[in-house]
Parts: sequence; structure tokens; C-alpha cells
Amino acid sequence: MQRFAQLLDNLVYTQSRNRKLALLGDYFATTPDPDRGWALAALTGGLPIRFPLRRVLGDILTDIIDPELYKMSRDYVGDTAETVSLLWPEHEGTRSPPSLNDVVETFQTTSPNAHAPLLKNMLDQLDTSGRFALLKLLGGAPRVGVSARLAKQSLANGFETDINDIEEVWHAVSPPFEELFAWLAGEGPRPDPGLKPVFRPLMLAHPIEDQDWPNLEPQDIVAEWKWDGIRVQVAAKPTEVRIYSRTGDEITHSFPEIASAFTGLDCVADGELLIVRDGVIAPFNDLQQRLNRKAVSARMQRDYPAHVRLYDLLLSGPDDLRGLSLVERRTQLEEWIETHSPPRTDLSSFVSFDDFEHLQSIWETTRADEIEGLMLKQKQSPYIAGRPKGYWWKWKRAPLTIDCVMMYAQRGSGKRSSFYSDYTFGVWKDGTPEDPALGELVPVGKAYSGFTDAELGKLDKFIRENTTDRFGPVRAVEPRLVLEIAFDAVQPSPRHKSGIAMRFPRIARIRWDKPAEDADTLETIEALLPKQ
Amino acid sequence: MRQPARQQVGRYASLEGSDNWSVQEKTAMARSDPAQPSLFEDFDHDAGLGARTEHVTANAEPPAPEKSVRGAHAERWLYPTPKGLYCAPAEAYIDPVSPVARAIITHGHADHARSGHDAVLTTAKTRDIMHVRYGQTCAGSFQTLGYHEPIKLGDVSIRLAPAGHILGSAQIILEFEATRVVVSGDYKREADPTCAPFEVVPCDVFVTEATFGLPVFKHERAIDEAGKLVASLNDQPDRFHLLGVYGLGKCQRMLALIRQHGYDAPIYLHGALVKLTELYESYGYDFGEIRPVATEKGKGPRKAQEFEGKLVLCPPSAIADKWSRRFSDYVACFASGWMRVRGRARQRGVELPLIVSDHVDWPELIRTIDETAAGEVWVTHGREDALVHHLRKSGRPARALALVGRDEEAE
Repeated sequence: MQRFAQLLDNLVYTQSRNRKLALLGDYFATTPDPDRGWALAALTGGLPIRFPLRRVLGDILTDIIDPELYKMSRDYVGDTAETVSLLWPEHEGTRSPPSLNDVVETFQTTSPNAHAPLLKNMLDQLDTSGRFALLKLLGGAPRVGVSARLAKQSLANGFETDINDIEEVWHAVSPPFEELFAWLAGEGPRPDPGLKPVFRPLMLAHPIEDQDWPNLEPQDIVAEWKWDGIRVQVAAKPTEVRIYSRTGDEITHSFPEIASAFTGLDCVADGELLIVRDGVIAPFNDLQQRLNRKAVSARMQRDYPAHVRLYDLLLSGPDDLRGLSLVERRTQLEEWIETHSPPRTDLSSFVSFDDFEHLQSIWETTRADEIEGLMLKQKQSPYIAGRPKGYWWKWKRAPLTIDCVMMYAQRGSGKRSSFYSDYTFGVWKDGTPEDPALGELVPVGKAYSGFTDAELGKLDKFIRENTTDRFGPVRAVEPRLVLEIAFDAVQPSPRHKSGIAMRFPRIARIRWDKPAEDADTLETIEALLPKQ
Repeated sequence: MRQPARQQVGRYASLEGSDNWSVQEKTAMARSDPAQPSLFEDFDHDAGLGARTEHVTANAEPPAPEKSVRGAHAERWLYPTPKGLYCAPAEAYIDPVSPVARAIITHGHADHARSGHDAVLTTAKTRDIMHVRYGQTCAGSFQTLGYHEPIKLGDVSIRLAPAGHILGSAQIILEFEATRVVVSGDYKREADPTCAPFEVVPCDVFVTEATFGLPVFKHERAIDEAGKLVASLNDQPDRFHLLGVYGLGKCQRMLALIRQHGYDAPIYLHGALVKLTELYESYGYDFGEIRPVATEKGKGPRKAQEFEGKLVLCPPSAIADKWSRRFSDYVACFASGWMRVRGRARQRGVELPLIVSDHVDWPELIRTIDETAAGEVWVTHGREDALVHHLRKSGRPARALALVGRDEEAE
């Protein structure tokens, strides 16, 4: 545990990716099983323990600290695990810190009634870093600037393996990953997914930049619509079908009708998950109703029918097509659809164009057509896991912008824990821009990106100097700063007072120069809602 | 049997004072004072709101009120003004933020010692620090006092006592009409090789800072933290270390602690740290071989290679700023009490945080208040809400002064 705690601490303070990789690599190389496997599990998606941390902490903290002081401390530190680790009284006498394996076994096997005394005892056995690590583990995946991908990359580096090989066996292994480490160390067989439909890492595109165009030849490129859904991989084996998100998370349970559609087939296909009614794609907002649901009712399936529009075919039966060119794979995909024609599935057709000027004019229509933009792909591109350079580009539709007024600011977390970095902004309602006295501001969104560190400093200063009220970590500010907000789309949202929600809002410009009464009105935004 | 509260007045009338007055006695006195019920009402009203209800009802005893008898007396002659804390019968401001006719200055940090006052009363070392920082004409006149050397301003008896914060730092002991107030300035309890240790002065009203006034703040032993730095220098000889330190006090304390670990290579200083370090040296502190970063005497600017594997001290603001671009790959270190919180270290891009502070941490703050046996506590700056809450809940009248112009971040 102390070793893992030390690793977390080092990772928190290390900015360089290479140094993080080295720290992780060293940890995995020198820590015995099963602890290193539990650590890998913690960094890649959480330990297989369910622990109601908030409730248990509530129970044990009453004996430790005054609730008001706790609240103030938590507000200041910005993180529950860290707050508790810092204010926990140091235990007198010798300590026997638990190993990671002790922690997992203890909480996997004990009844919830015993959780509070067990946690209390463990916290007593650990130092500040150890307590932090323990609480982070019990609270879910610790956010220490390490993605699952980085953890896997460190394994690849440390054991001199290709990361995509690790990704391919990833769904065939489970915590504490003893089988995986044995294979990596050359002491065991490659974990065999057998008949399991495992995830194959996706090929991703780069946003297209001005400097990319001169290197592209229209005749070498195919264009596709960038559909406004979520990218998925459907992996089908005769025994089982699984649906994976872009990042390899399994989402089969949310879309049982797609799993049924592919039942009995043997393939790995890449496509876009959409809600389609009578052949018409529904707005993204409809798809959101289906996401992150443990169970999906029949009614849900009827009202929000899921559909997969296929882009690519990676595996067909025993054949791995990934080494073939895009056009060759496309031929196979077309034939495959013709042969099997699974329900709720169709092909994403290519967009034909004469030259890039023509393509540009097509791209300009994407806003009106409620399509997210265009994809450009080299005809010769093999299917390469990751985001290889020079093959695929995404050309997103231009964002919408609107001038809003900053209303509230909240302190960030982590690196920004003392800065007011999250902003809620609003527009005028029931009043004209010329006469705002008649109206009021209604919040329409929240953004925390799109500005530089120097601008963050200025914004933070502005907020501190213009605070009108405080609610815990949130400050209300004098409505006088105009933020130009760029966003991809607006959706109706009954949960918000304004009745709308923005998609991907970010700060495009800070309009220090613009008077607040010149900001936009709610009517302006409502006009941008998708037409039903 | 305890005497009635009113007769306790005058207990601290002599300069010798007395420290056998227990905390329990004083708080009991405050609670039994018949003049207080309206304050209880106020607090009860407040307690009806939200989370507070929970622990107020959980504890049978109500929290202490804002004021004690002596505190009420003291606040008639010592009170916050926009220019700073003002002692009316002495016609003097303590650590004023703008120029005044008469200032009493606790220590040389820029948010406490400013230039432009007519007459300044402080320690000789603080005067020297002000001369280095602001020049010889930074005040109309200085009057310096040794620790415990008594003086009278008007009808107020004044003494200074060591605060343990930095070189020359002092607590100010004010006595007027038999009430003793101690203004601590900034202070710490941990031993520091570069200044005199804090002395506990029993008093009626203790005016304290609360820079680290939250239970999450517990500083590490400074000598151990310096050891971490020296270990890192030894473990990573290919990378040099840039240590962010506040230029007055922290810089020299870290130099002394690093040398105590036997680190004997030359240590490089950012230009802003040089003069004050030389002042310490003029008092006889020996920091080994110190070199300014900027230039080598007679040879012009130093080459970047010279710093390889070396230790460079600079103001915190110079890390990740234009100045530090001359150094390629360095370990960013920062010695400050704020380093206790991960987010604070990450925000500054600090790779090696050293939790070394010249302020009291939470346990020391509570201990010090207990030891002064003050009947009432005034909090000048920092996390005053948490400290005031805690003190009142533990039965000690306390209030926040909300003084302006204190820079809490500079630590």
C-alpha cells in the first residue's frame, strides 16, 4: 500500500509524460503480484469493490472532526480523500499498513456493517499519503493524471510489447491480472480471448488543419459524413455480441437491440450509434436518453430506437482485414452487409465530390443538415489502432457563437484548486439588448476551457473583485463581463431554467471591452434549436 | 471558590504578568458574564441555519460569545481601521498598510512593513531589513526596541517579544488600563536557526494570524523536508533543482537547514534574494558558498551549464516564468506551508513540494492560544472563519478583525 501511495504521490507531482511512464514502469516491474495487478486495476477503471465511501466516511468522521470545520477544510482542499487524509489524527505507536491485496480482500469479503471500523483501523495504520491512496481506491478510480491508456503504455514500454497487443488481450484478462503479467514477462502464454468478442483498439482521426490541405490530393481521398452519434465497435462471436465505446468501455447493456441484431454473426465492425426513426436520424439529445443506463425498458427501445451506421470492417469470420486498404475493406464491408443484412444496421455512404472547392461547399451545408461535419480518409489507409498521422481527418462543422454574461464562478479542482475557473454564464430573457432593465439574466451553460493560463489569472482576479455573493465554493459575480461562447449545438432541456442546454460550450473570447447589456438574448439561442 | 468576574480585572496590570490563570477559569468567566445574553441570542439565531444546527444541538453547551469583558474593554482602544489596527491611546498603528504618523511594525515582510511612515517603532533587525528593502529614507525616524525592553506611548505600556517568524520578528505587547493585548504578527513555534524562538506571553486578548487556520494544515519538520531536497539533489545529479522560497526568512532558513544536512556545493541565488541574504550574513549567519545566478564577478553572465546538478533558490514567482527559461530540465521545488495541499503544488507545477512554513500550523495555533490563556482571541487574517468557529465552540470568545492588505499567499 505504501508503495502504491508513493507512486500516486509521484504521479501527482510529475508533469512529464515520459517521467510518468518511467514511474509506472518501475512500479509494475518491481512490485509483486497480486498488488501490482490491483494497482493496474485501480488506474484503469477501478478495483472490483463496491464501497459506499461517502456514507462510511460520514459515519467515522463524526468522532474525528467538527462538521463545520470539515466542510471548510473540504471546500479549501477541493477533494474529499485528500481532506480526510490530511486531517486524520496520526496514530500513536507502531503501524502495520495493509497491502493493496489486504484492502481488496477485506472489503470484498466483509459485510457493510463492518466497513466503518475496518476503514478507521486501516486509516490509523497509514501515513498521509497512504490514507490518500486508500481513500482514492475506495472512492473509485484515482484521478492522478494517468489514463488507462498511459498505464497500458507503461506496461508496453516496461515489458517491450506493442501497446495494441496489450489492448487486444485486455478484455481477455481481469484483475489482478496475474495472467497478463506472466505473459508480459515471457513466463506465460498470451491470454486467449477464446470465443470472447474482445475489443480491438479503434483508429482515430486528427482534426484537419490549414497546413494539411496542400498535402492532400482529391483523387486519393474519400469523404464521409461525420454522423452525430457515438462511435462504437460491434464485436460479434457466435456465442456473444458486445458493443464497445471508442475507449473500449463495454456498453452492450444499454443497446440490447443492437446486440440482438448481430447475434450469430462473427465480425468486428466500426460504426456510429444513432437513434433513427423511420429512416431519419434523431438529434443527439435523443441518443443521450439511452446512454449510461443499466437497464433499458421496452418503451425506451421503442421511443428511442438504436441503429448502427457502419464505417468499417476489421474482422470478418477468421479474416483480419486491418492490413488491407480502406477501399478493399469497404468492398468487403459492402459484400458483408449484402450477405448478412443485420437489422438496425446500414452503411455510411461516401460523399462524392469533384475537388476540394466542391467539398468545401458540401461541408458548409453540414450545419443545416445536422451533421457533425465531414471525415476525410486516405483510400490506401490500413486500419491502424490509435491516432496515426497522415491517414484520417475530421472536419467538424464550424461552431456557433453567442455573447453571454458571466454570472457565477466556481473554483476548479486539481491544478486549478485555488482559481475560479468554471464559469456559469447567461443571456438576457424578457428584455431587449437595448433595454436590459426590463429583463433578467438566465443561465444557459457552463464552461471551463478555451482560455490561457494568463487569461485564467485575469478572470480569477476579476471574479474576486466583483463578487456579489458566495455559496460555498461558488461566487456570484457582478453581471458585467461578456464571454463569447463557442458551442456545437443547443438542445431543449427542461432541467434548465432557460429551457436549453449547450453542447461543447467553451470560451471563444473574453470580451473585456463589451458592455453586458450588449450580450445576446434567449430568443437568439432558441432560434438555434434543431427543428423538430 | 472563584472570585466574581469583575474582580479579575487588573490581573495583568503589572508587566511581569502572571500565567497561572487557567483557560477554564477565563472561559467560565466569559460565559457567566450577565452582559452577554444578547450575543447568545444572535448566535442561536445563526445556529438555526443549515448544517450548524447539527452540532449545536449535539453539544449541550452553547458556543462562546464573540466578546469577553476584557475584550470589550480592549476593543474600545484597539480596533481595525482601513489603514490597519489602531491603538488609540498610543496614537499608533500596528503594521499599517498605508503611510501613518506612527507605526509599530511586527516584522519585515512587505505586507506588514511598508515604507513612508513618519515614525516607526520596531526591532533593530526589522529596521535593517526595511533599510535594505526600501532604502535609508523609508521612514521619517526609527525607534528600535530590544525584546522585553519597556516603553510608554501615551498611557500604553509597550514591549516586544520574539515571534519566531523571521529574523527580527516580534509580538507586540500592549497594556492599557490593566488590560493586556498581545498582537502576535506572524509567528511559528518550530525551531528556526535564523531567528529567536517564539515566547508565550499570557494575555487577556491574543491577536493572532490564521494563515494556516484549517485542520488540514500540519507542517512537516523543516529539517526533514530539507533532507528530502538534499536526497533529491543526490539522487538526480543530472538535473538541477530550482527551489522557490519567499525571499526574506524562508530563503535563509532553507539555506541554513540544507547546510545542516552537509550539502556543501555552492548554492545559487536569484538576484532578488541576494541582498537580504547578505544582511543575514552581516549578522554572522554562515550559509557556506553562495553565488548570485546572474553574473560572476568580472566575468559577466554565467553559462547555463554551470548550474547543472546544482541548487538554485529563487522567488516562487520566478519558477515557470520568463526567468527560469534559461534552465532547461529542472526539478521545481517549493518550500511553503501551502505545499501540504496537492492542488496547490500542482497549480505551480511543483515536482518536489517541501512543507516548510514560517507560520504556525493548526495544532500549533490551537496550542499557542491555549498557552496564552487569553480570555478572547482576535483573528487578523487567514482562515479566520474556521478558527473563530473552533474557538467559540470550545468556549473561547473570538472574532475576526478582517484586516485588509495581508498577503496570505506569500509564504
